[in-house]
Amino acid sequence: MGILTFGILTARETGWDVIAPNLTITIFGLLTFAAVIFLLFVIGERSSVKAQEWVKYLVFLVPALFLLTIGLIYPAIRTLFLSFMDARGENFIGFDNYMWAFTKPEILVVLRNTIIWTLAVPIFSTTIGLGIAYFTDRMKRGTWVKSLIFMPMAISFVGASVIWRFVYQYEPNLNKPDIGLMSALAKAIGIADPPIWLIEAPMNTFLLIAVMVWIQTGFAMVVLGAAMKNIPDEIVEASMLDGASQWRRFSQITVPMIRSTIVVVVTTVLIGTLKVFDIVRTMTGGNFETNVIANEMFNQAFQQRNYGTGSALAILLFLGVIPIVAYNIRQLRRERTER
Amino acid sequence: MTQLAPKPSGLKLTRGRRKVKDAFSSPWASFFAIVIALLWTIPTFGLLVTSFRPKVDIVTTGWWTFFSNPNVTLENYQTVFLQGNNVTPPLSQYIFNSFAITIPAAVFPLTIAVFAAYALAWFEFKGRDFIFFSIFALQVIPLQLTLIPLLQLFARGQIAGVQVLPDMEITGSYIPIWIAHTIFGLPLAIFLLHNFLRQIPRELVEAARVDGAGWFMLFRKIIFPLSIPAIASFAIFQFLWVWNDLLVGLTFGGGVREIAPLTVRLAEMVGTRGSGWEVLTAGAFISMIVPLIVFFTLQRYFIRGLLAGSVKG
Amino acid sequence: MSTLRRRLVAVGATAIASTLVIAGCAATEEETTSGSTGGDSGSTEETMEGCDFYADYMGNEGTEVEIYTTIIDPEASLFIDSFGEFEECTGITINWNGSQDFETQIQVRAEGGTAPELAIFPQPGLLADMARTGYMVAASQAVADSVDANYTADWKVYGTVDGVFYAAPLGANVKSFVWYSPKTFADNGWEIPTTWAELLALSDTIAASGASQPWCVGVESGVATGWAATDWMEDLMLRFQDAETYDRWVSNDLAFNSPEVLEVINEADKILRNPDYVGNVQAIAATSFATAGGGLVDGSCAMHRQASFIGGILAADFGAQIVTPEDTDVEGGITTFYFPGVSADNRPALGGGEFVGAFSDRPEVQAVQHYLTTAEWNNKKAADGGSWFSAHLGLKQESVADPVNKVAVDILQNASTFRFDASDLMPGAVGAGTFWTEMTAWFAEGKDSQAVLDAIQASWPAD
Repeated sequence: MGILTFGILTARETGWDVIAPNLTITIFGLLTFAAVIFLLFVIGERSSVKAQEWVKYLVFLVPALFLLTIGLIYPAIRTLFLSFMDARGENFIGFDNYMWAFTKPEILVVLRNTIIWTLAVPIFSTTIGLGIAYFTDRMKRGTWVKSLIFMPMAISFVGASVIWRFVYQYEPNLNKPDIGLMSALAKAIGIADPPIWLIEAPMNTFLLIAVMVWIQTGFAMVVLGAAMKNIPDEIVEASMLDGASQWRRFSQITVPMIRSTIVVVVTTVLIGTLKVFDIVRTMTGGNFETNVIANEMFNQAFQQRNYGTGSALAILLFLGVIPIVAYNIRQLRRERTER
Repeated sequence: MTQLAPKPSGLKLTRGRRKVKDAFSSPWASFFAIVIALLWTIPTFGLLVTSFRPKVDIVTTGWWTFFSNPNVTLENYQTVFLQGNNVTPPLSQYIFNSFAITIPAAVFPLTIAVFAAYALAWFEFKGRDFIFFSIFALQVIPLQLTLIPLLQLFARGQIAGVQVLPDMEITGSYIPIWIAHTIFGLPLAIFLLHNFLRQIPRELVEAARVDGAGWFMLFRKIIFPLSIPAIASFAIFQFLWVWNDLLVGLTFGGGVREIAPLTVRLAEMVGTRGSGWEVLTAGAFISMIVPLIVFFTLQRYFIRGLLAGSVKG
Repeated sequence: MSTLRRRLVAVGATAIASTLVIAGCAATEEETTSGSTGGDSGSTEETMEGCDFYADYMGNEGTEVEIYTTIIDPEASLFIDSFGEFEECTGITINWNGSQDFETQIQVRAEGGTAPELAIFPQPGLLADMARTGYMVAASQAVADSVDANYTADWKVYGTVDGVFYAAPLGANVKSFVWYSPKTFADNGWEIPTTWAELLALSDTIAASGASQPWCVGVESGVATGWAATDWMEDLMLRFQDAETYDRWVSNDLAFNSPEVLEVINEADKILRNPDYVGNVQAIAATSFATAGGGLVDGSCAMHRQASFIGGILAADFGAQIVTPEDTDVEGGITTFYFPGVSADNRPALGGGEFVGAFSDRPEVQAVQHYLTTAEWNNKKAADGGSWFSAHLGLKQESVADPVNKVAVDILQNASTFRFDASDLMPGAVGAGTFWTEMTAWFAEGKDSQAVLDAIQASWPAD
């Protein structure tokens, strides 16, 4: 401890001089924000009923819409335009970028992998999360279990890549000890020559998916667990008295009652999976047939410096999400009418 | 005031209920859950062990051999805290920056989101559904596409080459980072909070309106207090996401060292040729501590709060 | 207890180190005051020559110049130290900003409007792309003159895009080296090969003897996986074809899948995909380039073809010691021999380097850019104990401590044929794209050589 404190306090040129103005900005920013909100509410509450009818939109809805328009909608439209242009975004080339995407074999691999990811991650995360949530629902010390499973969510993707490097590392020289957990376990159970984990396709894609599932299950578990806690006891009791088995109780009572939460969880995890590229990027660089669309989009735009193809891939990504969005919309509409 | 969140069950047990409870917590289910939890933690545990091992050991043997041949060192942690040169600031500055970025970047989007969610849940207007579903769909837009357009706006005040704002010289401060995080956090926040706010009983709202409460007072006195658990739960996710973020801080920070958060510093520690990842192990752990603390202190809100979807089905 | 002792030593060392840092800062403060006010009357300090040298850069006190680069610690510290005198004399503050995400961020920053003042480009190809976006400014006349005077003509060409000179050369590295352990070679009676045929024969000898694996090879490097294999291709291209063919290959006047290139990749195949020489061929794609050479130190492999900069990494991570070929009794000592050509007298050299380009033409930015091209700074930087050197003609070999780097500097200044790393010159889609990924697949999937070349040629951008 002494070493660390000593280190932090060692004389350096920067320090309080730098933190002080930033602290001021932060406090000032928060206070200004609070003051503006307060003012808006004062004005709002004092206005006449008639005035409130339009002021309410201004205060509650417009800020969000404004930010979303400049921050997300405008870039999205810009991307759509760029997807029809050449690499530097200067000349119109029509659908060439899309043709490229669907005819180049590497890109077809990318699309295939992306589909695998978007099926596997939500299904596994939600299933495992659901199971754990169910088991720990009435468990003593259930919180401990939940916390351990949630912990990977607190780790940044960079940290997760470092962690799993120590699991998947391969040592080619059979005389040297293994650094990777998987190789060591394989040898321990008798497989003398374990495969090169991250190179063998399609196993490597599933190994990378495992990392994502490892992270996302915590989210699914927590949200589904909260929903389960709200199932009224009487219903559960009634099923018990009816002599229902554990499985029947789970499938006939629990699951239907939290159905909409399950949909929400699956959707959120799915969208998150589509956007993630750090895991693939840092662990295999997209090689060995592990590439996914988000990573390739990044490659095209920033490594190959081709904004046209990068944007085209982004639009494809967006299109791929439309079915899920449509399903959710139907789901929400149905609930609205039930209300 | 009516209590909205249902009482957590199992708190007040009658003898009958206790029988039911015992019947639920079957031992094999608990055992299974515990086993999974331990398996889940093994990789992270491996990282923890590795962070205390000397570099030579890390590179040549597996971390599990640590138990048969313990070689403890604080070197990696020392390097994380002390490494640098006479211009690199101490780690405490990066930690401060991470807080200074994350707290507003959680407060701002949550506030704006709960306002918008309230509007979308309780105001009646044409096109309401369309707006809501559009916001929901915006979640998909990947971050990378927005970097250049937003940066052009912040740095030059331009949209698509057209000067819309004067150059306000905000680059090099936290402000672009806050705005960027706010924008990116809005869609999901609005979506989840909207689902929660919808479930506030209509009778409650009607009664208040009849009593003469305007929209603002309605929000202040009724809606907002009831939504605090949901806000708190989502706050945890937003905090985690911003704390662990690298790309937004890197891009909108304009490369200025004084405001760089912890994640930027950790990314540098890997070394120019990428061979310094023993330092990353210690760094990753230090970076994890704060989100974990936040999670453990606020996690009781999960139980009460995150009703992201109806239960009655 | 050894761990407790170690901790006490650590605390003591930290304390001493910190005191020295503080003392050093204080001392330099004094020197500055005497240095800048001393002027003509001459200070009696022997270590500071006064600030006369920096006269041209004066008039910019209080300004800041940011240098954006991929170079981070530990090398960054040495760079920052080398600027100390410049900063004190001129009053210009240099902000070193190193980031692994340089290659993507520089584009974002330039287009977004937050470009740095100076940027160090690790590839001329990237420099060319950035220059063509129009956000960079041409180098000042003073810088151009300095480069003309201090570097061979080639180096200026690499920093020139479409006829306009933008970026001055900075550091360099030489790639035509094979690393080995003199002790291992002496112990086993192996001779340094001087021709390609001898190299193959030596590999056979080592493989037959069973003493160690002849070659260690690794190409893994995160998103850049595969670049180490491109170095092999380029070196062999220079040897089996000639420099002119090499140039046509770089500009795609010679198609990537032509017979000449096929010949080269087939020669590479003889070593790189021969299990007797390299062990598990597939694993090469998963072995980091930085750790592949580690086998030299513990004797598990005999030879490792790699650029000059790997020495520093092997020393830091594996405890190797860089020696001269005569030091045949140093355990863990490593050094290099020249990667042989087809005949003993054909010795072309392959190398790489970095280039400093500017995004602003303010006087302090030009001052810094110019300072980096002076012999004064180059010698100061090379002597700092790191393994840095450059192609500066005024760089004295004495300034360079590392034996391997001394040889490298000699090569740079005196080579009859020198060529820059081809993949750094080719367009990004190939040089930082398919060339890397296809070579990786060549190892990982055992892909057919002609198919690899065809794929790379197909990816060449149309313009």
